[in-house]
Amino acid sequence: MDTNDSLRVASLWHSMHAISQQLSPTTGCSEIELLEADTFDLHIFQSLTGTKLFVVCKPGTQHMEALLKVVYELYTDYVLNNPFYETKIPIRCELFDINLTQAIQKDRVALLGR
Amino acid sequence: MIGVGKIKQYSNILEKPLSKGKQEVSLSAFAFLFSELVQYNQTRVDNIAELERRLEDAGYAVGARVLELLCHRDKGNRRETRLLGILSFVHSTVWKVLFGKVADSLEKGTEHEDEYMISEKDLLVNKYISIPKDMGTFNCGAFVAGIVRGVLDGAGFPAVVTAHFVPMEGLQRLRTTILIKFAEEVLQREARLG
Repeated sequence: MDTNDSLRVASLWHSMHAISQQLSPTTGCSEIELLEADTFDLHIFQSLTGTKLFVVCKPGTQHMEALLKVVYELYTDYVLNNPFYETKIPIRCELFDINLTQAIQKDRVALLGR
Repeated sequence: MIGVGKIKQYSNILEKPLSKGKQEVSLSAFAFLFSELVQYNQTRVDNIAELERRLEDAGYAVGARVLELLCHRDKGNRRETRLLGILSFVHSTVWKVLFGKVADSLEKGTEHEDEYMISEKDLLVNKYISIPKDMGTFNCGAFVAGIVRGVLDGAGFPAVVTAHFVPMEGLQRLRTTILIKFAEEVLQREARLG
């Protein structure tokens, strides 16, 4: 998925998220956490500041919330502490990418091992 | 008995004894502060060399103060007069106080007599910083280079100190090397001392 597609999905999701908050049938509901479709699952994690992280995966993949929390930690460490990162542009931080792939591989290995 | 159960009130802050201080500072707080320092300077310079010089100057101020503080606290007000002495002081004591560990290695340069290198696999100030490709060889370790220059200058060993990325086999991450090039008078004095 290239940058433009990611931006499109993100903006689509942001509007859907806002609308869903108003339309929710149960009271006290804050956000969508999981979207299940035929060919994919979409997990969302929202931080206290309103930053949303989402991951698209194969249906039935476990422990995505834990992965999202790990990614959020990596984001705060490597992206926000980077003086050369400007907000609102696509993330181009080497360290973030390296650690992200490592985290996902670790996760995948742990899943296959089970 | 002196001072039992009583805290002496000091009328003048200059009379208070220098305490050991808190040993630990939050890493995130420091990383954030340092990132702000770099950003602040970035908006005020025109090119990368200028940015590096500013970071070095910031480090120089820290280095001068660190030298005074450490000479008083750890070395009992003795000062180093020999080259190897001051280098091992920087390599172990200063690094230990600033970064919590001694530097990875101290090497003598092979090409020139007056060059020494302190290298560090993962410099604390660079821990969370990824340099964008268009900045070339810029290294935020220039701040640490400034600290080393401040210490050396204060101790009477004028030198030119720079920070470089050195590729290391087997590791994805580049190693940071602080290159110290001493002035001519330091080597002459060292030769005279025997």
